[in-house]
Amino acid sequence: MKHARNHPAYWAFLVHRISGIALALFLPAHFLALGTAIRGEAALDEFLRWTDQPLVIAGEWALVVLLAAHLAGGLRVLALEFLPWREWQKSLAAAAAFLAIFAGLAFAFAR
Amino acid sequence: MSARGEARLWVAQRATAMMLAVFVLAHLVTIIYAVRNGLAGADILARTRGSVGVAVFYGLFVLASAIHGSIGLRTIAIEWLRMRSNPAGIFALVAGVLLVVTGLRAVVAVVAA
Repeated sequence: MKHARNHPAYWAFLVHRISGIALALFLPAHFLALGTAIRGEAALDEFLRWTDQPLVIAGEWALVVLLAAHLAGGLRVLALEFLPWREWQKSLAAAAAFLAIFAGLAFAFAR
Repeated sequence: MSARGEARLWVAQRATAMMLAVFVLAHLVTIIYAVRNGLAGADILARTRGSVGVAVFYGLFVLASAIHGSIGLRTIAIEWLRMRSNPAGIFALVAGVLLVVTGLRAVVAVVAA
């Protein structure tokens, strides 16, 4: 079992699952935050001002990385399940990690 | 759950995954574009208020996320929390309804309020 876990495919599975759990937990909070706009622009702005602190921005950054990782990991799963097997599919876990890091860097530079 | 039921959930999970791939990619690009000059309610709402495109895009995004997320949570509840199929299904259904209600309320808030 130890050998089975020391493999990129196992890490890809684990990252996909943990990012999925994190996103599922975050989504209701994200939706409730956007829902403050029901009480008008001032209420939304009040919430957005709260988000302008280092810890929250770090959290946003983590969520962007997790979302990109879940997207790329999900595309990997779809490719493995629906496309005929090709050698290049072995590199998909590394490509997914690259996409997540790229999205994280793009967000960090933009924010 | 019957094998046919499990197969239906698998298909729904993959079909929503394909939709979400497009939605999430567009959403990521939008996020990175939108945060360049800081986040302001006026800027966000100027883009979203009264926009049928935003309402349709994010309405479908919410529904696909709720289906995809709740099926994923059901699998995790069974595999990692050792829940039986029926309670895991109820747990997933509650999570899905919560995501749909809060998500569609958020879409209404930024498009119609």
